Amino acid sequence: MNAWYAGADAASENRIITRNAISIAFTLPISYKDKIKKVDGVTTVSYGNWFGGVYITEKNFFPNFAVEPKTYLELYPEFILPQEQKESFLKDKRGAIVGRIQAEKYGWKIGDKITLKGTIFPGNWEFVLRGIYKGRDKKTDEGIFFFHWDYLNENLKKTAPRRADQVGIYIVGIKNYEDAGKISVEIDKLFKNSLAETITETEKSFNLSFVAMTEAIVIVIQVISFMIILIIMFVVANTMAMTARERIGEYAILKAMGFDWRYIARIILFESVFISCLGTFIGILLVFPTAHYFHKSLENFFPIFNISSRTIYLSIAAGFIVGVIAAIMPIIRASQIKVADGLRRIG
Amino acid sequence: MNIVSIKNLYKSYKRGNQVVSVLENINLDIEEGEFLALMGPSGSGKSTLLNLIAGIDSADSGSIVIGDVDITLLSESELARWRSKNVGFIFQFYNLIPVLTAYENIELPLLLLNLSKGERKEHVELALRMVNLTDRANHYPSQLSGGQQQRVAIARAIVTDPTILVADEPTGDLDRVSASEILNLMERLNKELNKTIIMVTHDPKAAEKAHIIRHLDKGVLNNAGA
Repeated sequence: MNAWYAGADAASENRIITRNAISIAFTLPISYKDKIKKVDGVTTVSYGNWFGGVYITEKNFFPNFAVEPKTYLELYPEFILPQEQKESFLKDKRGAIVGRIQAEKYGWKIGDKITLKGTIFPGNWEFVLRGIYKGRDKKTDEGIFFFHWDYLNENLKKTAPRRADQVGIYIVGIKNYEDAGKISVEIDKLFKNSLAETITETEKSFNLSFVAMTEAIVIVIQVISFMIILIIMFVVANTMAMTARERIGEYAILKAMGFDWRYIARIILFESVFISCLGTFIGILLVFPTAHYFHKSLENFFPIFNISSRTIYLSIAAGFIVGVIAAIMPIIRASQIKVADGLRRIG
Repeated sequence: MNIVSIKNLYKSYKRGNQVVSVLENINLDIEEGEFLALMGPSGSGKSTLLNLIAGIDSADSGSIVIGDVDITLLSESELARWRSKNVGFIFQFYNLIPVLTAYENIELPLLLLNLSKGERKEHVELALRMVNLTDRANHYPSQLSGGQQQRVAIARAIVTDPTILVADEPTGDLDRVSASEILNLMERLNKELNKTIIMVTHDPKAAEKAHIIRHLDKGVLNNAGA
């Protein structure tokens, strides 16, 4: 679930996003940039287009954006790029930068020529890799490819002039995050009754709107996860009940020797919690290589896929609770069994 | 001196709406150091009587005095405490805990007494010596023969030095040789340690080891003794 919400978690409170009010699929004129910049409280305005290119084949899909590089890098200090690579990228209109993960995946080095096949903007687009960025922290996506918006726009002017001078989104840096609401209203007011009305929202809210599109999947995954825990609980409870049934004779012997039901209850509880926690421990050990494999396989869809400590704590708690619940019925059975009846079952 | 004194003992079971009488007006005295065999056909009530004497079943009426305690007046938890100090059990199927070694099985009843680890070790080693199984102390029940398992069970029964030993068909699951070894061991415990033994058996050869044989038939104890 964390991976699903990674984009929203990585959002900054000092960035707001302006997009076309109809849908993200519709663009906004580049002329809006200067108007937005004049709004009180706005510090920087950047913009970009989702490019949607693929590397060699459709299999090699990863996020790639055409952005205004100078302002974009100013607004996203979490993308850490060595100074000389940054300068080289800003100077070269065909230059591109990419996150460490994609560079490692495709073996790209600085200076390599990379050709992306456009899906939204047809043709083969050639770039020169000028920088490889690292994320400031674990939340930062290290799998994105960025290039100059001007490079895209100049080509469009030649090949598809009607699509030129249009941007997908404006990324607006603001002085004070508490003014986000007020500034958003101000920006949207500027373009009221225009051909391309806008919706401005916080970056987190913008990112969450993408998650919302796939919310049904999130809900299904959560429901399935709870069902699995429930099934595990039944399986453990049934195993413990069977064990208790098989061992009624043993409990009867212990009772005959003078052990009272509380002592036997402690034995059952300990066994149940131990077995459940052992399973949890093995599960936790296996989850890291599994998650690593999953991450490697779906890196482009889940660029950030970490097993959080919260997940580990929740697993331990679930294991413990399952163990305790599974022990309840066997404890009741063992406490109610009469010694003579229990001994009669042996043989 | 009587170590067991049973007066006017009645016991019945409910089977659906029917009440089935198992023991009727049982009166029995057993002297300290006695070796008593209870015989009778299946369903005659001999195991029920043994269970009542051992305090693991409750009577409908009557009294069972062991030493100077009327165990019919004790609560469940008082009975459990009393059993831990006064009764040693020997079962037909040994009933050892499979995940514990012979040593640990024997040590089990001592966990209920206030003994240090060293004292427990002393007791267990003594019991192991008495049943001649010192070299099998670290073996699990599955690694022992039936006769050896029953000797471990006997060691477990005597390790707390109980007032009485109750044995329910102790040779019922053993071959002739092992059965003979077990009976000789019980005879030794009775003679050398003056242990009071009450044994339920079908086997006349086993009963021969006892000083007194009492027959139960349809819940009634015959008066004739051997």
